[in-house]
Amino acid sequence: MTLATEPPKDSFRLSMLIYDTRYRAITIQVIVLALFLAGVAWLTNNTIQNLAAKGKDINFGFLLNRAGYDIDQQLIPYTNDSTHGRALVIGLLNTLIVAFFGCIFATLIGVFAGVLRLSKNWLVGRLMTVYVEVFRNVPLLLWIVLAFVIFSETMPEPKDFKVTQEMIDTGTSPAAQKIFFDSVAITARGTNIPMPMLTRPFGGFQLAGVNVSFSVLATLAVIAGSLWVNRRIRRHAKAVQEATGERPTTWWKTLAVLILPTAALLVAMGLHWDIPGFATTETGVSKGFNLVGGLNVAHSFTALLIALSVYHGTYIAEAVRSGIMAISRGQSEAAFALGLRPGRTMNLIILPQALRVIIPPLISQYLNLTKNTTLGMAISYLDLKGTLGGITLNQTGRELECMLLMMLIYLVLSLTISAGMNIFNNAMKLKER
Amino acid sequence: MTKSLSFVRTQMLPQQAPPVTERGAVKWLRENLFSGWFNSLLTVLGALAVVWLLQATLPWLLNGVWTANSLGECRSIIAASAGEGAVGACWAMIRERWHQFLFGFYPIEAYWRPVLAFGLLFVALAPVLYFGLRRTNMLMIGITGALTVLALLGVHTDSAHVLLVAVILLALLGVAAVAPTKLLWFTLIYPAVAFYLLWGGSVWGPVGVLLGLAIMAAIWWLLQARLGVVVATSVGFVAACVWWLALQSYLTTPLANAMPLGLSAVNSDKFGGFLLSFVIGIAAISASLPLGILLALGRRSDMLLVKSLSVGFIEFVRGVPLITMLFTASLLLQYFLPPRTNIDLILRVIILVTLFASAYIAEVIRGGLAALPRGQYEAADALGLDYWQAQRLIIMPQALKISIPGIVSSFIGLFKDTTLVALVGLADPLQGITKIVRADINWKGIYWEPFIFVGAIFFLVCFGMSRYSMYLERKLKTDHR
Repeated sequence: MTLATEPPKDSFRLSMLIYDTRYRAITIQVIVLALFLAGVAWLTNNTIQNLAAKGKDINFGFLLNRAGYDIDQQLIPYTNDSTHGRALVIGLLNTLIVAFFGCIFATLIGVFAGVLRLSKNWLVGRLMTVYVEVFRNVPLLLWIVLAFVIFSETMPEPKDFKVTQEMIDTGTSPAAQKIFFDSVAITARGTNIPMPMLTRPFGGFQLAGVNVSFSVLATLAVIAGSLWVNRRIRRHAKAVQEATGERPTTWWKTLAVLILPTAALLVAMGLHWDIPGFATTETGVSKGFNLVGGLNVAHSFTALLIALSVYHGTYIAEAVRSGIMAISRGQSEAAFALGLRPGRTMNLIILPQALRVIIPPLISQYLNLTKNTTLGMAISYLDLKGTLGGITLNQTGRELECMLLMMLIYLVLSLTISAGMNIFNNAMKLKER
Repeated sequence: MTKSLSFVRTQMLPQQAPPVTERGAVKWLRENLFSGWFNSLLTVLGALAVVWLLQATLPWLLNGVWTANSLGECRSIIAASAGEGAVGACWAMIRERWHQFLFGFYPIEAYWRPVLAFGLLFVALAPVLYFGLRRTNMLMIGITGALTVLALLGVHTDSAHVLLVAVILLALLGVAAVAPTKLLWFTLIYPAVAFYLLWGGSVWGPVGVLLGLAIMAAIWWLLQARLGVVVATSVGFVAACVWWLALQSYLTTPLANAMPLGLSAVNSDKFGGFLLSFVIGIAAISASLPLGILLALGRRSDMLLVKSLSVGFIEFVRGVPLITMLFTASLLLQYFLPPRTNIDLILRVIILVTLFASAYIAEVIRGGLAALPRGQYEAADALGLDYWQAQRLIIMPQALKISIPGIVSSFIGLFKDTTLVALVGLADPLQGITKIVRADINWKGIYWEPFIFVGAIFFLVCFGMSRYSMYLERKLKTDHR
């Protein structure tokens, strides 16, 4: 007797490749693979033919050749005698620095606007709504170009800051004034801000053409040490609180630990500010043609930073608002029932939960902001797109190499940021059991 | 014995008015503006900000000048009317150059073509948004038609063309009145119609392309019952490609020679301003949605190869800035395509922008698919639907509904990003046209007015889209929460 459940042994037919779900997936994948390989082969073949027709090859050797162009804003030393490779690094650093400050300012603006938009105050809520709707519904490029045009076309020339003998005699002041306690001068050519200087620096050394200053390293080490000690103090306070129920007062210890060592080190090194201004004679008459001293920040940087911050600030504001609104009212009511004050309710109950909702969209805004720094091209900000994908590309004529390298760098940058933020996200995530 | 309690009231007292602090404007003010010292402080600061804003902008707006020939003339008119040192907007620049902001360098006598194409867009959208609803479709087409005719008169079209447009729109209105579902056929041929209207040239090119699509549809119709959707679509697509690449010219070239029908051709470099933004934006939006759906399905597929290809594509595109994609279009595509291929720059940009947007749309739709309960898939399987039937009837309607906000915000982002084409040398309204206007000797030094004008149009479109998506979300909400 044979079992009736024995499956019929059917032979393999060709049509089963399409109709039988067991084989269909394989068939489709084989076809997709064939199409994909054919597409890649076609593109590669075209590229080889085109390159051959133009007499070009794929060669990244140009990165070691002399660049021959100047870059205004350079975080590490660079002259036009440096290589294209070094110009690439300068561009990458310029991208990173505007993205870094942009993320910080956008977060500040966004949190501020998002919280105020939820405020019970009708007027402030409406104002913030107007800000968010106006800035996010108009292209970022408009804000960048507008900010740049306003800075470079409406600001006074450096000569307007000059004090002449005639002005001193008649008691009038020059046409333009420095702002922020006479320390920042915004001219048509750039913004001059004070720069911290040291009278007794510790020296430094050169590493791969980059000046590494011992003073900066020492300051960073002291700050890190202070933070570590502060963490120990807080941990100790928590242990005492859990053992006795009383939390010892720590704020003055924290303040002292965080500020005093760094301040002492900076005073020891002789920190002072180099304030931009004209060189003057004894009577106070300005000499020379341009402001000297301080740090000259190009308008392309300032405009890009402002535009990126206010534009992405609106998106962050919306993320913050929706994050806080996602927390049910029951949470704050429960906290009030436990007797927590509003401030502690916010810190201990609402924010930790809201943060989980806020972080994922925040990550994507940081990524977008970093990618949008490329729009600085419209106002000639020399970031990675401006150096490698702009001047270097035009000078060497190596479109393929430059574009591929640039895409690769942006890809790595994006993946790094999102990986880092995902680690942070996982640390903040609700630990479920 | 009757006992009356004299202190018990037998009648109701008339209701008293609430205290003055608990009603009307005073209550509202107390609750919304002055509920505490901090709130009052915020109110005062907010009011100061509003006053400062109004002080800075109102005189400037009120002193605006609409008729002048140069910025200098504007300033002298303002000085004459509002006193020396007064500030004022010089809208005269907009009045002189508005057509350049809207149409770029498109020939003036052909302005009716983009206007008609834009109007027909809404006719094509009507059956998609309100399928089969006779009244709504007729209303939408009627309003669009009236506005189109008004716009045509606004751009000084000759009466023959206005008449032609009116007849076309009346015919479409008639179709909507008789058989509203048949309007979908117009939606299908709209891309070819719009292309023909905008670029002009011989009428037979677009007809040939449409014939290719017809061949594809016919083959799909014949084969899909026997071989399934995927195979039928692939065979149809291959046949259509063979038609377009190898056979089409044998039919259209003789036809074009025998019957040279057509509009005057307009070269791509004549496109500019908002015309360019809308062409790129609308083309990329409508092409990226189906592509994005396919990519999202690919990313959720069980097939390893399909999945990894989709993931690779999506993550690569999302990792690089749009500008690098645009520069790929303008610099690199010439390397990747066969030698001596010469594709128009606008078309290349549209292709790359479409690819770029489809990766973002795919992620949005993937979110919608993930939000769908597993039971929906299982229910579809239990009903015996195959993969494509399940997607079409069960999964996609729900997943797309969930993803509407995300899809619309991708569209808004895409439309705003069309300004970036200025960086590859196309004349977008923001950088391209504004730069040209500001370089004009008459308008040198003007900056607020062009940016406000361009920004206001972008704001209207984007804000309108986001409000429409919120309305759609409310309308489609079927759960009871």
